[in-house]
Amino acid sequence: MTDEVLLWQALNKAMDIEMAADNSVFTMGEDVGLYGGSYRVTEGLYAKYGEWRVRDTPISEGGFTGLGVGAAMVGMRPVIEIMTINFALLALDAIINMATKIPFMSGGQFPMPLVIRVPGGVAKQLAAQHSQRLEHTLMNVPGLRIAVPSTPQDAWWQLRQAIQSNEPVIILEHELLYFSKGPLDTALEALPMHRAAVRRAGSALTLISYSRTAVLAQQAADKLAEDGIDIEVIDLRSLSPIDWQTCIDSVSKTHHLLIVEEDCGFAGAGAELAATLSERCFYELDAPVQRHTGLDLPTPYNGTLEAASIPTVSSIINAVKQIV
Amino acid sequence: MERDILKAMLKDMLLARAFEERAAYEYTQGNISGFLHLYPGEEAVAVGVLHASEPGDYVVSTYREHVHALVRGVPPGKIMAELFGRKDGCSGGMGGSMHLFDQQRRFMGGYGIVGETYPVSTGIAYAIAMRNLPEAVICFFGDGAVNQGTFHESLNMAALWNLPVLFICENNRYQIGTEIHRHSKVTEVYKRACGYKIPAEQVNGMDVIEVYKATQSALLRIREGTGPQFLEIETYRFRGHSMADPGSYRPKVEVQAFKDEDPVTVMLQDSIPEYPDAEKISAVGRDNIEHLSNHMHRENLINPQEIQNMKEQVKEIVEQAVQYAAASPEPSMDDAWSALNCNRGQEVLI
Ligand SMILES: Cc1ncc(C[n+]2csc(CCOP(=O)(O)OP(=O)(O)O)c2C)c(N)n1
Ligand SMILES: [Mg+2]
Repeated sequence: MTDEVLLWQALNKAMDIEMAADNSVFTMGEDVGLYGGSYRVTEGLYAKYGEWRVRDTPISEGGFTGLGVGAAMVGMRPVIEIMTINFALLALDAIINMATKIPFMSGGQFPMPLVIRVPGGVAKQLAAQHSQRLEHTLMNVPGLRIAVPSTPQDAWWQLRQAIQSNEPVIILEHELLYFSKGPLDTALEALPMHRAAVRRAGSALTLISYSRTAVLAQQAADKLAEDGIDIEVIDLRSLSPIDWQTCIDSVSKTHHLLIVEEDCGFAGAGAELAATLSERCFYELDAPVQRHTGLDLPTPYNGTLEAASIPTVSSIINAVKQIV
Repeated sequence: MERDILKAMLKDMLLARAFEERAAYEYTQGNISGFLHLYPGEEAVAVGVLHASEPGDYVVSTYREHVHALVRGVPPGKIMAELFGRKDGCSGGMGGSMHLFDQQRRFMGGYGIVGETYPVSTGIAYAIAMRNLPEAVICFFGDGAVNQGTFHESLNMAALWNLPVLFICENNRYQIGTEIHRHSKVTEVYKRACGYKIPAEQVNGMDVIEVYKATQSALLRIREGTGPQFLEIETYRFRGHSMADPGSYRPKVEVQAFKDEDPVTVMLQDSIPEYPDAEKISAVGRDNIEHLSNHMHRENLINPQEIQNMKEQVKEIVEQAVQYAAASPEPSMDDAWSALNCNRGQEVLI
């Protein structure tokens, strides 16, 4: 049952199976139809399901994300694709003021089975307006689930779970992971959507990360192992809610914690992890919690500076070696 | 029309074409990265509009803005160096292709988020109006950009407060892969301005003289105090949306989906999705450079030798630009921090 697929193909399969299973699932976004999606995630769906279920939109992010909210209120299961997270800033009213507030403000009358898929992250010299990671902005919104798949298997599971769930879910897809390959077993029973995965067991230190930096962290861990440094790598898979127990169990074992993220460090996801795990693991920690993050700098266009502004395999190795 | 203006416009159009083709080549050589949106086919818009404007007017543009910057007078070497991500680029290597800025020449930026040029332009125009200056703001945007909320919000405010903005829609009929009939109910973009009582007209963007004249009279009306004006300039891009986009959707996918509904589609039916050579372009009669040079021939305003000389001149200018870019150093991380903190007077807070 296991195939090697690219991450975009796993998402594509997940869309297809959910659309086939439930007529109330539809998708909408810029160039998702005829063009097949900027990262090919909706490829083939337009031909198969037609324009009502795979809708190319004008450049109106606020409008069509809000449209998704309205449709979800009457029982549809919209999957809104916003071309990149940077443009989702134009849809924050729909996401924050509407999607996450309506279920609450209505006293629970209106669940919100809305999925928003957004590519993002630092790709290749796309400059400051096209390289953002806005995890922090979204994590601070109660009632919004945030999934951050880093493997085809997780992408397949989490997109399907998101579509089936009645909560608003935003899926942050890293632009540099769409064409990464990994096993996909469609018969395998899914982990809960928010469950963190221990990607590599180890004893010297717990490294917590997510999305693309979780992949880099595993590469760093393999290299460190060659030097006899054996670290545990946790891929969070979900930024809201966070699977604290998996993190706490690991820190209780290794007594050292390093958090790695691509986003700016200041008030970021790592800050939340550091604060909560310091509180909850205080007596287990042998050293202060450390963070290795992107610089608090808009992303420069220049390639050398861009690369220096976010964690790399070698910078992660250095960060680990500072601690153990 | 004066011969000198025509010659200057022809030269800028040739320079624009040569610059963009060279940029495409440098991209394939790995000297330019990221998104690179090119302008071949649309030269008459930037050239006609900006030649009719004054140096005191402000220019606000999109991510497809190299040619706007060139025609505005930003040195070609500074633009190429920015595309290369170098320190001597017009944005110090921080912005790249989509974010050219030149304060001195009132080139107020290339913006990467669709729909940002309207509010920025409206704000500059507000400042001009408050100070009672004779200047205007030229606001560029594409056909796909008119469905962003900021379009409607800004047009209303500009009209309401009688602000000196010249809205220029570069209608190339595509929003990346989405043809205009599939993104807009009203495809004659200029009609939308009526809703805000902004005088608007449609202009043939393949004819630089028409673009020039329409701009000239629109700017005149603005300077007379008539308030914002709107031109929809019909044009066409020969390449894909950006270097990352082969543009293959236009002939193949579109033909399938739309059959023969759209004239542009028909024109493209048999063409392969790559940059057409000069022969093909003149065969369909849509190339704006050919259009102008033919006109000048007919009117006896130029001879083939002069055109040949111009072509050589622009080739040399572009070559120099590339050399300037290649010789420029990379910016340092200190340069990046200084750019971030420029508005802090470089005060170190921690
Ligand atoms: C808010 C926002 N949404 C989406 C995009 C992605 N995008 C970049 S250019 C573009 C198409 C714009 O088309 P148009 O306005 O016609 O300009 P053209 O590229 O044709 O010159 C899109 C969708 C973006 N940059 N910003
Ligand atoms: Mg367009």
